[in-house]
Amino acid sequence: MDTLASLGDGFAVALTWQNLGLALLGCFLGTIMGALPGLGPSNGVAILIPLAFTLGLGATPSLILLTSVYYGAMYGGRISSILLNIPGDEPAMMTCLDGHPMAKKGLAGEALSLSGIASFVGAFIATWGLIFLAPQLVKIALLFGPAEYFALFALAFMTLGGVSSTNQAKSAFAAALGIGLAMVGVDTQTGVPRFTFGEVHLYDGLDFLVAIVGLFALSEVFIFLENRHGGSEAQGKKLEIGRIYPPWSMIRQCTPTMLRTSFLGFVAGVLPGAGASLGSFISYSMEKRLVDKEGTFGTGDPRGVAAPEAGNNAAAGGALVPMLALGVPGSGTTAVLLAVLLSLNITPGPLLFSQNPDVVWGLIAALFIANFMLLAMNIPMVGLFTRVLMIPSRILMPIVAMVSFVGIYGISGSSFDLLVMIGFGVMGWLLRKFDVPLVPIILGTLLGNAMENNLRRAVTIDNGNWLTLIDSPLAIGLWLVAIVGFVLPLIVGARVKAGMRARGDEEGSTRD
Amino acid sequence: MRTSATRGLIAAVALSLSAVTASAQENPECIAPANPGGGWDFTCRQVGKVLQDLGQIDKTMQVVNLAGGGGGVAFAEVVNKRNDSDDLIVAASSATATRLAQGSYPGNTMDQVRWVASIGADYGVIAVAADSEIETLPQFLDQIKNDPTSVSIAGGSAVGGWDHLKVLIAADAYGIDDVRSVKYIAFDGGGEAVTQLLAGSVQGFTGDLSEAKGFVESGDIKVLAVLAPERLDGDFADIPTAKEQGVDALGANWRGFYAPGGSSDEAYNAWVEKIAALYASDEWKEIMAVNGLAPLGLQGAEFEEFVADSVARIQAISKEIGIIK
Repeated sequence: MDTLASLGDGFAVALTWQNLGLALLGCFLGTIMGALPGLGPSNGVAILIPLAFTLGLGATPSLILLTSVYYGAMYGGRISSILLNIPGDEPAMMTCLDGHPMAKKGLAGEALSLSGIASFVGAFIATWGLIFLAPQLVKIALLFGPAEYFALFALAFMTLGGVSSTNQAKSAFAAALGIGLAMVGVDTQTGVPRFTFGEVHLYDGLDFLVAIVGLFALSEVFIFLENRHGGSEAQGKKLEIGRIYPPWSMIRQCTPTMLRTSFLGFVAGVLPGAGASLGSFISYSMEKRLVDKEGTFGTGDPRGVAAPEAGNNAAAGGALVPMLALGVPGSGTTAVLLAVLLSLNITPGPLLFSQNPDVVWGLIAALFIANFMLLAMNIPMVGLFTRVLMIPSRILMPIVAMVSFVGIYGISGSSFDLLVMIGFGVMGWLLRKFDVPLVPIILGTLLGNAMENNLRRAVTIDNGNWLTLIDSPLAIGLWLVAIVGFVLPLIVGARVKAGMRARGDEEGSTRD
Repeated sequence: MRTSATRGLIAAVALSLSAVTASAQENPECIAPANPGGGWDFTCRQVGKVLQDLGQIDKTMQVVNLAGGGGGVAFAEVVNKRNDSDDLIVAASSATATRLAQGSYPGNTMDQVRWVASIGADYGVIAVAADSEIETLPQFLDQIKNDPTSVSIAGGSAVGGWDHLKVLIAADAYGIDDVRSVKYIAFDGGGEAVTQLLAGSVQGFTGDLSEAKGFVESGDIKVLAVLAPERLDGDFADIPTAKEQGVDALGANWRGFYAPGGSSDEAYNAWVEKIAALYASDEWKEIMAVNGLAPLGLQGAEFEEFVADSVARIQAISKEIGIIK
């Protein structure tokens, strides 16, 4: 009952005109970001971080804005998957498999609204899951000493490659690069500056927000500049929607699918590092095995649309659980959100629930509100969002560039940071050319220091004994999950990857 | 350092100018060397607000956040670019003095600026978990003396940072010869350090009273000693000082301001006087109480001497533990 009382307080925080307005804005912008191919949830949140800071928003309103964008992007990703067969973001890749065939059969409107409902169910169930699981996780958080945290971080990195990655070696390289970048700055264990070259701006390390905006937003601008000469995705394609409400029979047919995959997606999201792509992927494969008796999956089966959408939205909610309760992000986008929290001087983890309950519960209440707003927006107004696909990038990209520069300068007031951001932008552009995923870099930059510090703490506490890392049942359990998470995709992943790549995107989109 | 003759002169000038100085700062500006939300930012904003409420400044204090290098970016900016600005003060704390003492601001030293005044202090505490068998500070230090590997002490600052130094000052005062053997584990902030104390990963905690406050009230931790000259008021009156337990150790995390080194005596004295008036006001006492700040009101020459002393002390102990050569 405590939980419900806290949730009530949360609604009191979230239900102000300002916060409702921000949630509405976030949902709207997020859906657009999600719908535009190439701009996924990580980019969407990254681009809007500067906006939140420039508006001078406090912690709770900023988070409400940004998590609405996050949820919104998860909804929006399906639109271009269904209409254009180009996933709006990586988790929406599986939606192409049945969504586009449905559209070809003239059922585009039904596919869009059904996937909207599936997204709602997934996100709704996951938010309840978050409410009940996060405080439980906080209680066991006291079992986490430095050794266990180190194992948890290792788990996050090892499962990151996972099934969705095209090349695990590249994920590992990206994570190593990120951890390397995290080493810049004053070492918090000894106070010795590392890799600073006497430059006082580097003493605090590289600011992750600058790195994120550079890597995600600016590199997107470079890619667009290079590849698309001012056109839009939808040029030359016909966007026919048809009726926008699905028949009841279709919803009824899909209900068990939605419920099952919501649960599965949530679990996938809670695992650190795995993220929404995994959620949508395993949801689709499980449903295919379970209900696809006639072999209709892949030819426009509505259940094939509902499954990945419920799965990826549930995973998005699940990924917030370890982020809030332990300070370890469950996916790329939650890593970006974690960076925002840290910049607002809020440290996620067990103390967050006791010290900033208004932030936590306000955020959770806002998720509910955002979810209803998104449902309302995404069914009747879906036509509006499809029109967004017609916006030529020659208009879109300068806006992204402008928001990035003004925003970062607005946060730090330092021209040095702008140079760092451009550096990261160029780096992001190069890495995308080599098809290296960017999320592990951010995760590495964000968690590298904490991971290193916990390793050193654990070893120091035990007077230099490295076996302390596998000294408790919890640590051993975490290592086992990490090893399974790393090895399993190597074995079963090859087949899976082939399937995904056959459908794959040539977008070089950011992975989540 | 200036001579004591000039100090006397400054004091005299300060007194004679008191009538005029209220308007010496036309566009008061305060640099907070950190992002919004931190301690330095709080110092600037609260002081700016109270000064205006008291009528000490006519215009709103403009607060500029200049984060980076643990205050080093702001320090370099003031020394190199704003050296003769009369309108400017910069928020500082023990962390500033520690970094100056250890040479963590490359090429900068404490006498490049003028130290204005302190506005309060957060005293250090040494604590153990509530269910620990240890009851007093000497018991705790004895255990370290006998077997340093058996006690890990958690704190929120880096090795060589203020939380670490506090426990070393206490160990030093108790006669532990090799302070390098004291096992200090650095965490990201006092909150995380206390959490690890509760989780049982470490045996001791060193931090500031304001960080420990919530956990003392909830009964989770047991404060062995506060590193203050005498017992504090109010809720904390039953926490013994280190001194009364025979360990002559003081650890005050003070908050205060410095002004540019080239600012005029007139402007410097005006700032000193404004902060003194602020410190004496009831409004400020209330803010101190709410935020867990204990009294420490040093102004002008007295404050300058205090900072010089603490820099020298930190330098000595840092050399001993090998952080600086």
